[in-house]
Amino acid sequence: MQITVKINGTDYEGDVEPRLLLIDFIRSQVGLTGTHIGCDTSSCGACTVIFNGKPMKSCTMFAVQADGTEIGTVEGLKQGANLHPIQTAFHEKHGLQCEFCTPGMMLVGASLLETNPNPSDDEVRWAISGNICRCTGYTNIVAAIQEAGRSIATAGGSWS
Amino acid sequence: MTTTEPRTSFEIGGIGHSVLRKEDARFIQGRGNYLDDINLPGQLHMAILRSPVAHARINSIDTSAAQAVTGVIAVVTGELMAAHNLAWMPTLSGDTQAVLATDKVRYQGQEVAAVIATDPYIARDALPLIEVDYELLEPVTTPQQSLGGDAPLIRDEKEGQTDNVAYTWESGDKSATDDAFAKAAKVVSLTTHYPRSHPSPLETCGILADVNPATGQATLYLTSQAPHAHRTLFAIVAGLPEESIRIISPDLGGGFGNKVPIYPGYVVATAASLLIGKPVKWIESRSENLISTGFGRDYHMDGELALDGDGRIIGMRSNVLSDQGAFFSDAQPTKFKAGLFHIVTGSYDYPAAYVSAKGAFTNKAPGGVAYRCSFRVTEASYFIERLVDKAAQLEMDPAEFRLKNFIKPEQFPYRSPTGFIYDSGDYHTALKLAMEMIDYDGWRQRQAERRDNDPDGKQIGIGIASFTEVVGAGNSREYDIAGLKMFDSAELRVHPTGKAILKLGVKSQGQGHETTFAQIVAEELGIPAGHIKVQEGDTDNTPYGLGTYASRSTPVGGAATAMVARKVREKARQLAAHLLEASADDLEWEPGKFTVKGTDQGVTIQEIAFAAYTNHPEGMEAGLEDVCYYDPPNMTYPFGSYIVVVEIDPGDGTWQVLDMVAVDDCGVRINPMIVEGQITGGLTEGFAKANMQWITFDEDGNCIGSNFLDYMIPTAWETPRFRLGQTVTPSPHHPIGAKGVGESATVGSPAAFVNAVVDALW
Repeated sequence: MQITVKINGTDYEGDVEPRLLLIDFIRSQVGLTGTHIGCDTSSCGACTVIFNGKPMKSCTMFAVQADGTEIGTVEGLKQGANLHPIQTAFHEKHGLQCEFCTPGMMLVGASLLETNPNPSDDEVRWAISGNICRCTGYTNIVAAIQEAGRSIATAGGSWS
Repeated sequence: MTTTEPRTSFEIGGIGHSVLRKEDARFIQGRGNYLDDINLPGQLHMAILRSPVAHARINSIDTSAAQAVTGVIAVVTGELMAAHNLAWMPTLSGDTQAVLATDKVRYQGQEVAAVIATDPYIARDALPLIEVDYELLEPVTTPQQSLGGDAPLIRDEKEGQTDNVAYTWESGDKSATDDAFAKAAKVVSLTTHYPRSHPSPLETCGILADVNPATGQATLYLTSQAPHAHRTLFAIVAGLPEESIRIISPDLGGGFGNKVPIYPGYVVATAASLLIGKPVKWIESRSENLISTGFGRDYHMDGELALDGDGRIIGMRSNVLSDQGAFFSDAQPTKFKAGLFHIVTGSYDYPAAYVSAKGAFTNKAPGGVAYRCSFRVTEASYFIERLVDKAAQLEMDPAEFRLKNFIKPEQFPYRSPTGFIYDSGDYHTALKLAMEMIDYDGWRQRQAERRDNDPDGKQIGIGIASFTEVVGAGNSREYDIAGLKMFDSAELRVHPTGKAILKLGVKSQGQGHETTFAQIVAEELGIPAGHIKVQEGDTDNTPYGLGTYASRSTPVGGAATAMVARKVREKARQLAAHLLEASADDLEWEPGKFTVKGTDQGVTIQEIAFAAYTNHPEGMEAGLEDVCYYDPPNMTYPFGSYIVVVEIDPGDGTWQVLDMVAVDDCGVRINPMIVEGQITGGLTEGFAKANMQWITFDEDGNCIGSNFLDYMIPTAWETPRFRLGQTVTPSPHHPIGAKGVGESATVGSPAAFVNAVVDALW
């Protein structure tokens, strides 16, 4: 089937089998490997992308379901030469160790901040409760997302 | 000491600075390079057919329907592997393991056949078309059943094997221990099981095997915590010349011991690439990872403490029955069949101990790996800290009991009754600090008030664990993996412009080696950490080492790094003497600079480096580089005291953590930020194991917990908040006084959580 998916602002066309998973389309056909596969069952969130504006797990969606949609991945966070505040905050707050979960965590965190610019500890923890991290114990991930919220607020609500 | 005070400027970024991680630049932009991100032209994909049952004889395998699928290149069975003498492979514990089953399947999930296809979806399509005729046999699902007498023989293929015993092992002095128990005023006993758990790094295991048909050169991209050891073992297993094997372990999405063993899938993919002449990629699914690769724990333990009339411990004995699964493939030093379980004597001073252990084969997946711990140290720490808490309940407050029985600071180095030489420690200070931080006396008071005022309501429990780890293997006299001695290495090259590259035999899985090992060089040479590139994981381009597990990177690889930097500094001194026209003995070192004593004449390390390639004296070799193979004189012994306060609802048994304090002493902290990050992650692991993270089996040997829906891993929502404290007792024998920390919290904390729950119910 012919599909067209806009990923990080660029249209990608593909001739895909109906059963091809969206994650495999993004990783293998488009070649954006920042989005990861951790569990195959929508449990870990390593495959999270922004799907028409909302975080979504791409390991249990078909690529054909994404036809005509807009998707954001970790590779699209940086705007030109400017890192997204969530990227800077994950670095500065040591919010990552092995990094396998980090793209999903950053995308969920950035999405949360769009509707809740100053989330509490509990609000962040609830927002990222669909994402598993095996290294950090989450403390610094929570701190990084909150720090990114403060950075965006300092920049007047817009960062790019 | 309470903290590690930096001796270098922040710009140099030596030991004690919380330098932000260098590796983050690629990671936060989605530019890491994990195994499944690597693709080669013309590569094929492999999928593995696994046994649906725990124990069965294979009567026949029919691959014809699978072979006929368009896009399937080959179907590999045990018969084909046997034709190349590859149906079985050695394990890291001196046993053999089936690569693809030829005679029987011995656990659910065991590898039976593999499909090689042009597309990963097609490879998986073909799996159910392989017809296997299984003749079911009685499954053996517990070690008690296995050794019970009438269980079927699981390893009937193994010459001389007449029962299901995998190993027996003992340590300590049995008769001295029996004497201690004969004299005891009280004896306290405990029987417990540390359940099977799985490391589950978020990235599963995999390989991209690329054997060049023209040259025979095998480039194996592999999720490996020990690439050099794996290269040698591949040479032995596959019969390939070692110089023709290059293992590249790229960025790893966690390891935690899961990426130490060699798995059958690696061997099959390599053989397939060799036979077909194209690259073959195999990436495990999460279910495959959970049901077939190295688990942790599964120790059934019982034991006793002998106490005198004053509440002092005078002896200890313990017995382990371990569930090894179908093949004995623990990853641990050869001499020590139960790993370093004999550290079970713990943080306490008493003269006599005896430890015995027996391993049983069962119809479960093999591979007792050191899951985020040194070899079986978690099981040991859990057992002694549970047992001590039980003893304390009979005698006195558990904190007081520990303070009374701890090894005293002046007793270090301390010889334990099972023969370890604890290098340094101050257990009293760590526990007292934890008690002060958490307000121990206040919680005891609130606990008593709750019991008095509301005996049927929610109760408070307070749990302590004061653990001692043993990490950083070897020395090489005593410790080896599959015969390979446990040293480690570092090679340092300083470039003409004063920048450097450090090449290591260890391999980060998220620990931040690219930052912390650069900091060690910065400390020793004064070259800013930001100017030092760290390379690991490529066997063609790094010196030989045994890899990263058992918290050995800093104790061994870190020591090698410090020592190679000191070798380079000595050559720099000779160069500085030449440049300054002074005697080398008249030079003084400060980070980054040699000066002539009593003058302001000096040269920087950068100027010296330039001279090493442009102006070196006659008779001296050009260049500024060296290599060090470090063989540690002893292990290191990190320790700490953790205190957990829980509230338990007696109505439904649920519990939540009200507060937790973790005081760790890992000696000198190279990068405090990274150390605290590792401790927080480890505490979460300990919480998970005490609470939810178990792999269980039903009576037919079906694995319950074969995916992340059934195998419970805590998210941020379930994970408690932790408060961290520290003391710093440097290792006296380590060049920079560091002890290793990546596993302390996983080792120490499970007992604290369980002790707290038991305390609430006491």
